[in-house]
Parts: sequence; structure tokens; C-alpha cells
Amino acid sequence: MLAYIIRRLLYAIPILIGVNLITFMLFFIVNTPDDMARMQLGMKHVTPQAIEKWKAERGYDKPVLYNQAENGMAVITNTIFYEKSLRLFVFEFGFADDGRDIAHDIYQRMWPSLAIALPILIFGLLTNITVAMLLAFFRASYIDVAGVITLVGLMSISSLFYIISGQFLIGKLLHLVPISGYDTGLNALKFIVLPVLVALLYGIGSGGRWYRTIFLEEIGKDYVRTARAKGLSERIVLFRHVLKNAMIPILTGVVVLLPLLFMGSLILESFFGVPGLGSYVIDAIRAQDFAIVRVMVFVGSILYIIGLILTDISYTFVDPRIRLS
Amino acid sequence: MLAENIAYFSSLKPVLLWTDALVFILAIVIIGFAWYAHGKEYLQAPWRKVFTSRTGMVSVVVIAVYTTVALLDSIHVREALENKGDQEEIYYSVNVISFLDLALGPLKNQAEKTYSAPFATHLYAKETVELPGGANIRLYPRLKYGGAHLENPVQDKSRDIMVRGLSGLTAGLLLWVILVACFIWKLARYDRAGFMMTFKNILHGRCRAPWHVMLLTTGMILALIAMVISLAGHYHIFGTDKVGQDVLYQTIKSIRTALVIGTLTTLVMLPFALMLGIMAGYFRGWIDDLIQYLYTTLNSIPGVLLIASFILMLQVYIDTHPDLFDTDASRADMRLLFLCIILGVTSWTGLCRLLRGETMKMRTAEFIQAASAFGVRHSRIMSRHLLPNVMHIVLITVVLDFSGLVLAEAVLSYVGVGVDPSMHSWGNMINSARLEMARDPMVWWSLLAAFVFMFILVLAANLFSDAVRDAFDPRVKNR
Repeated sequence: MLAYIIRRLLYAIPILIGVNLITFMLFFIVNTPDDMARMQLGMKHVTPQAIEKWKAERGYDKPVLYNQAENGMAVITNTIFYEKSLRLFVFEFGFADDGRDIAHDIYQRMWPSLAIALPILIFGLLTNITVAMLLAFFRASYIDVAGVITLVGLMSISSLFYIISGQFLIGKLLHLVPISGYDTGLNALKFIVLPVLVALLYGIGSGGRWYRTIFLEEIGKDYVRTARAKGLSERIVLFRHVLKNAMIPILTGVVVLLPLLFMGSLILESFFGVPGLGSYVIDAIRAQDFAIVRVMVFVGSILYIIGLILTDISYTFVDPRIRLS
Repeated sequence: MLAENIAYFSSLKPVLLWTDALVFILAIVIIGFAWYAHGKEYLQAPWRKVFTSRTGMVSVVVIAVYTTVALLDSIHVREALENKGDQEEIYYSVNVISFLDLALGPLKNQAEKTYSAPFATHLYAKETVELPGGANIRLYPRLKYGGAHLENPVQDKSRDIMVRGLSGLTAGLLLWVILVACFIWKLARYDRAGFMMTFKNILHGRCRAPWHVMLLTTGMILALIAMVISLAGHYHIFGTDKVGQDVLYQTIKSIRTALVIGTLTTLVMLPFALMLGIMAGYFRGWIDDLIQYLYTTLNSIPGVLLIASFILMLQVYIDTHPDLFDTDASRADMRLLFLCIILGVTSWTGLCRLLRGETMKMRTAEFIQAASAFGVRHSRIMSRHLLPNVMHIVLITVVLDFSGLVLAEAVLSYVGVGVDPSMHSWGNMINSARLEMARDPMVWWSLLAAFVFMFILVLAANLFSDAVRDAFDPRVKNR
């Protein structure tokens, strides 16, 4: 087991190098730092001095890959590639365009993201499973058909509609909770309720339908027929046998998401004014702060890879037939 | 009149944008496939099953209407400028317009000053108007076009709307009855049955295809379109936006953007996913490792971030190279094309993995072994033996992805990395209307129009994809 985990961690290194190279090429080869400086400073009437100053302030004034002016190791280390890309591997994220420490920002903003994403995951799982179980229980009846049609309808509505109408209905008309904002500690609760509700409603369409197919697939299997042949009631068959087995694909599908919860949700956080990592990314994109976007790409891929490894490990826990080697 | 029209059309200069070309290639491929499948039972059988599904066929009708609009909107031209003096050379306007713009002429040009509510005759904001006597008064001014024909808007408006709406409805229904009669007559001749007999069969749903629901949907759409046509010339049905442009016009123009993103994205990614997926599954070994590495790496970057970085970089490139694009439309089009490409890059990995798995299962099958025993080349085995056997997976994925991509466009435009802000799209409409939510009284019509049009398209696509999956997926047979 331990050997397997170590090997998986080693496999992650080439992937991270690949991610690093892709972002490096996107951000520094497609457009030179000069282009970006011109972009940031306004397209016209930019003096070369202003561009040089902008680059020097942010450390973009070095050669991209190979510094001929230096000696020894500095040939490689005193370059943009080393300073901006390779440093990410040791979690030195550098500074944003407005001079703030990115690592510190990420640490600060991680928790609001988690406070929104975790309830969404847990309650979403519960509601989706409940809905799917009900539909599976009443399968091939009018309740099932009507339920599936409702789910398809819910699924076809844009997520932006849920957010906007949720804010309008609950926040503006009924004045139950504030429309947007965030607070520390328990006071945050009233800001969390609405985004979570909106996300639940949005997720129920695709989630409920997907879990329903998983349940129906399980119901068609031989062990269910055996259980029925023993004379067990439909309720016991569903809740004790089918639910347990259907949890394997459901749980393993959830595990891969766990690390990504820290990343938060882009639009949800930005609409509800939550100072999490999702709105951090959106703000960075709008302000064209490439340093932050670059770091977030890297952090996101690390979290995704951790999720993949956790998924593999979780298989062994829920299904003893699977052994990692 | 006719000569005038011909002269006008011949003065237009056709413009072929990149996405236009791809849209037409796609249309030709689909028509070509239908031609090829003609008379080949094994290709037709699953499609025939799709054609028996009621919800599937209703959505086909809806999607067909959207597609027609999008195709009309994909034929772009530039109008000739009026020739001042006796210059030999003809200059063309920098505004690229489409055939749809020509058809929607009044909608496009009847711009008001600023916001106005649906069916309004007055502006939504008070304005200071100078009276003849020199005094100023603040009131809601009349609209330039919306309800301009009414003498006394407060009294006559509802009656006028009713009359116009009903006359449009009647015209639409009449047209529908004629069309249905023609259709039944044609079908009766094809089946060599009597007219009334065929009519009864359709009415009771006893035909192979669910004609009755399809005809009903067509009737509803025709009636709606006719009503809109009879009203739209005199009112702003969905109101106007901040700069006074008709919202209905914007929503209709957005259809092309959504369909282009939904279809071209999958078209762009398809060759890579097919080639790499089948190669990985067929060759195994280091090729498999390499391809797996490739898609795991791409997959591990969060999708929105990859799209964002790509589009940001593209925008920098476009802004620093303004000389590459002769019109605004071609610049916006380039961004749309690259958005499709990058969306394709982030979404091909799923299909690639599915294809790899399926090919791996199949490579030990007897017909593949037989082929390699006969000395058939690898490339030929993959293209002639493996490819046709995985096409159902491709089709299901492509159709399933469509609705997700249409929804994704709105979100991406909100984030600021969607289509060009100058391009009409539902995402841009929602994004610009979002700020008006805080206004009191609220400006809701832009949002509503965008959401309704998007919802209808996505719902139809979802229902259609269900029908396609039921017909093509061997696992859901007989459930």
C-alpha cells in the first residue's frame, strides 16, 4: 500500500512538469513580456522606458530561458523560466501585480471557499441520493417519469438563472438573508445559506439523474434477484443491498472532488461576494493579473492529482476485492 | 422591384469568416452522411429508433428551427457604400452583416435611446424635455419606434396588440394548415393510401414516426413566429437594452454563437480524440503511456483556468496585432474560433479515455485478429475495423456535450473569457443585464429573453441526446 502511494506520488511529478511547461509556454512564449507590459499599461502612448520599468518591477526583465550574461548556474537560475515557473515546485508563488503575497492570499481565501463548498458537497450528496432513491423505488411508474422530466428541466436551466433568481427572490423580495457578502466565524452562516441552496437546486438535475441510472444498473444485477427470491421486501432490498453497492461508484466519484473543494466555485463566489479562491481567480482574470492565474493553474492541478490518488486509495476501502499493487 | 432586389444582392460582397466555413463543412458532412446512409440498413436502424421517440422528434423540430436561424446568420456579406463621385472602385462598409440581419432589418435598425420595457410606448427613464414655452418638464418621452403608430397609446395599446397578435396567429395557423395538408398529401402518395386514411393514421399516432406531435410542435412554432412577425415591426417585444437596441434582435443573433460553440467545439476536438484514443487502445505499450500522460496532464488543469489563460493570451495577441484583422467581425470571429478550440482541448480527454477503453476491449476480438492475420496494415485496421465500431460512443458523447457547452458559454462570458464582448451571445446579454438587477424598478427583460431562448435550446438538446443514447447505447437496450 505504502509503496503504491509512493509510486503514485512519483508519477505525479512528470504531470506537474507538463502542467508547468504548458503554463510557461502560454504565458511567456505566445506573448512576450513586452506585449503584456504594453497590454497592462494601455496599448497606445507607451514609452519603452515605461515598459522596461514595468518589467523590472515584476522581474520579467530577464531572458526567458538562458541568460548569457551570467556565469555558472546563474545562466539558468537568473531567467524567467527558473524564477517564475520552477519556483512553483517549492511553493514559492511570488507576488501579484499589485504587490501582494500570493501564497498568503491563497491561505487566507481557502477557508471561505471551503465553508461554501463543503456544505454544498454534503447536502448535495444527501439530496441527490434521496431523490434518486425515490425515483428508483417508483421506477417505471408515472412518478418516475414525471420526476425524470423535472430533473431534465432543472438541468437545462443555466446556473446563472438560479443564482440571479435566488438573489432576487430570497434576498431582494423576502429579505431573508443578505444578497452578498461574507463575515468571519458563525456570522458567516447567513451569507452561506443562499449560495448553498442555489447550488443544491442547480446540482439536483444532473446529480439526481446520474445517481438514478447507477441505482437502476444495480437493481438489474443478479444479487438483487437473489435477495428478492429470498422473500425480502422491496424496501429492504433497496436500502440494505442496492444502496450499499451503489455507494461504491458514488463515493469514489466524490473523493476526486475533495481536494478541489479548496478551489471553490468561480461564479457562485463572485456573485455572492465571498472572498474565496474562486472570486480570487475571477478578480485576477478581470484585472489580467497573470501571476495569480499562473499560480492557480498550478495549485489546481496539484489538488486534482491528489484527488486522483485519494480515489485509488478509497477503492480499496469501499471494495475489498480491489487490491493496489 | 425584383430588379432592384437583384441589383442590391449583387452589390453585396460576400465575406467568409472562419467559423462560417466550418459551420458549412459540418452541414455538408451531415448531409453527406445522410446520403451515404441511404439504403444501408445497418446505419439506418438506430436512427429509425430515434425517429420513433416522441420527445426526441419534438426536440428535433425545435433544434431545426434554431439551426435554420444559425445557418442564415452564417452567410456574411458587406454592403457596398454609396458611390460618391465617379470613382471606379467600390468601397464596402466595415460592418459585416448576415442574411439574418437583412431579414430582420427593422428589428436591427429601430433603436431607441435607452431602456424600454416590453411592448412599451414610452422610455423607461424620465427625461427633461423642453416645452415650446421655454419651460422644462420631466416626463417619460415617447419611443421613436415602439408603438409610434398609435395616436393615444394609453387607450389603444392593448387593443392594438390584441388585434395584431390575433391576426398574426391566424395567419400562422392558416399557413400551418396548408403545410399540413401538403404534407399529408405527400405522405399519402408515398404510402399509396387515401388522404383521409393517412390523416386518421397521423391523428392517432399509428405511423412509424410520431408525426402528430411533430406537426403540433411545428404548428405552435409557426403560430408564435407569425405573431412575433406581426408585432415586432411596431413594438419591442422583449423591450430594449441600455443603448436602445431591440432585445429580441440580440437574442436571435445569439443563437448562432451558441450553436457554433456547441457544435464546432466537438468537431475541433474529434480528430484528436479519435486518433489518440484508438491508437492508445490498439498499440498499448509506450504509445499508450504517452497518450495517457498527455490527457492526464491536460485534464489536471482546472478547465476554467486553462480556458481563461488561453483566452487572455489570445486577447493580448489580438490586441498587439491589430493589422491581421480587417473588420471587427473577423476579430470577434477569431476569438470565437479559438474559444471553440480551447474548449475542445479541455473536453476531448473524456472521449479519448472512453475510446481507449473500448478499443482495448475490441482489439482481442476475432475480427481484429483475423484482419491482422491477413496482414492488414495497422492504419487500415484502425480506420476500417475499429473506427466504425466505436462511432456510437462518439455520437453519444458529441450529442451529450452539446447542451453543456451552450450553458458553459454563458458562464465563461460572465467570467470575462467567453466570446468577444462585441459579439451577440446569451452570456454577454446576461452579463450586461446583471448590473441592472440592482436598479429600481428592475430591468428584467434582457435576462428573461436570454434565459428563455437558452432554456428551450438546452432542453431540446437534452431530450434529443436522451433519444440518441437510448437508440445507440447497447447498454440501455430494453430498459
